Amino acid sequence: MINKDSWSEIIEALTANWFRTLLTAFGVFWGIFILVILLAAGKGLENGVKQGFGDIATNTMFMWTQTVSKPYKGLPKGRRYDFKIGDVPSIREEVPGLLYVSPRNRLGGFRGSNNVVRGLNTGAFNVFGDYPEIIKQDPINITSGRFINYGDIDNRRKVAVIGSGVQKELFSEEEEPIGEYIKIQGVNFMVIGTYSKKSNNGDGEEGQKEIYVPFTSFSQAFNYGERVGWMAITAQDDQSITNLKEDIIEVVKTNHSIHPEDNRAVGSFDLFAEFSKINGLFLALKGVAYFVGTLVLLSGIIGISNIMLIVVKERTNEIGIRRALGASPWAVRGQILLESIFLTIISGMAGIAVSTGIIFLINKVLEGAPPDDDSMFANPSVDLSVIVVALVILITSGLLAGLIPAQVAIKTKPIDALRSE
Amino acid sequence: MGSNSLHVLKGINFNVQEGELVAIMGSSGSGKSTLLNILGMLDEADSGSYFLDGLPIKNLNEKIAAQYRNKFLGFIFQSFNLITYKNAVDNVALPLYYQGIKRKERLEKAMYYLEKVGLAEWSTHLPNELSGGQKQRVAIARALASEPKVLLADEPTGALDTKTSYDVMDLIQGINDEGKTILIVTHEPDIANMTKRIVNLKDGLIIDDTVVQQVKANVHV
Repeated sequence: MINKDSWSEIIEALTANWFRTLLTAFGVFWGIFILVILLAAGKGLENGVKQGFGDIATNTMFMWTQTVSKPYKGLPKGRRYDFKIGDVPSIREEVPGLLYVSPRNRLGGFRGSNNVVRGLNTGAFNVFGDYPEIIKQDPINITSGRFINYGDIDNRRKVAVIGSGVQKELFSEEEEPIGEYIKIQGVNFMVIGTYSKKSNNGDGEEGQKEIYVPFTSFSQAFNYGERVGWMAITAQDDQSITNLKEDIIEVVKTNHSIHPEDNRAVGSFDLFAEFSKINGLFLALKGVAYFVGTLVLLSGIIGISNIMLIVVKERTNEIGIRRALGASPWAVRGQILLESIFLTIISGMAGIAVSTGIIFLINKVLEGAPPDDDSMFANPSVDLSVIVVALVILITSGLLAGLIPAQVAIKTKPIDALRSE
Repeated sequence: MGSNSLHVLKGINFNVQEGELVAIMGSSGSGKSTLLNILGMLDEADSGSYFLDGLPIKNLNEKIAAQYRNKFLGFIFQSFNLITYKNAVDNVALPLYYQGIKRKERLEKAMYYLEKVGLAEWSTHLPNELSGGQKQRVAIARALASEPKVLLADEPTGALDTKTSYDVMDLIQGINDEGKTILIVTHEPDIANMTKRIVNLKDGLIIDDTVVQQVKANVHV
């Protein structure tokens, strides 16, 4: 059915009225264009927002202590308590499926007073006492030297990894910070590494002004004893931290004699749940894009069907001649169907080509722009699978668009078709 | 098209032998075109039988009718019915396309028949670049191209002036002389006289069926 002759027949028929063919094709072109652009824009927004999360492991929760709100076992309400270092092994033991349990402590803080001195330079920085695993949960990029290791933890070495912001304030540009000492609240630490960090909540500047020291040295140097400020807990990849959260909090409550129904004593933030919410949002956005795009495409297809009907009406006489000369009903039907599919696919391909071209240009512009951490839009793109789906939709819809006109074309008896002028 | 049924033909009984050139005459409404359409399988008779080359033509579905039309019949119309966006040779080749003949062979055959009607040098012209007589000759070439058993002509000279009409009739006579069976519907007596047999219809009945002395068209030219 599809050979060189049917192609030339199709081309002849379509080029017989250029302007109308173009206008018709534009409907489908526009539909597929909108579909692809919408999907790409949604993807771009998704990429942008997810980039905002930085490299943080998303299957992670944070847990801190709050005021106890229920009296329990003779202890009053309103009591304050701290996590102890002993909570870490007991959480590990009693809750399976956890990848990392990192206790953390912090000194100073956001807009705190100056706490770090080196020579004549001083600065106010966040100082964290951490275990080596933290770099896997909230990744930082070591630019020189190394991060804390278990040797530092076991030997309670007074070593520090400083951010690029810290380096800028305490060291001059030509100085090599590694091996130098900085004084944190009067205690000397040797710098063993520097880092830079992708932000995860827009405070890119603040993220560079942090100092990491071994958890054990931190406790000893600043007199924290067994206290743990808060914990970052990451679940294994096949587990969801949201499901394990209750068990973890249960362990803490038992360890610290907190009423099992006290919901306020342990504060927590579940990154995974937030992330899932955002994922859901983008899924919905994708759904909307498909919905709108497909509807616009549908109107284009109805346009094609409409024009094919007119074409069939116009060519009633020609179809009559063809049938008098021996065209079988299927030859006539096939001709109309092929024309419709051909028109749909060509215009659809043009739509895909132009829209991906535009996406390509947008990407070029975005790449050229200075990197902006707060950007909500990054790398708009469509998957190949989307294009394949679009093509399948196009072919089927071309077929559907041609079906009714083709049926109309053969419904008229050849003699009536010949009589009409 | 209308829902009123009207009996156009009320009992027609006639035979056409191979190689005959028959004129079907009658005033308008006498049923001559209807008869031709039934013979051409473009229309169906409510009752009665029709044998073409010994083959009973009945209960046709569209597919088979299309095949029969393609193989056994060639049509010539008053309004030529050429396809406007195809040039002369492509128009002639169209029935061959539906026979599934390859393009090259098709065009060769089409050129042969165009030459036969004297239009070889017009082969690449579109119908609107041709005169009425030329268009009808292209249509005749098209009707011949599929080498049908019977040619059916519905007022082939109806849209042409007298001189061109005679040219076309000369061509048709020539084709008949080569042995092709031809039926012509006409209401012009001079055209009818150029055939070998005249069948007169009136109100759906044959009122007269006579063999006549053929007047050669080239006498008039």
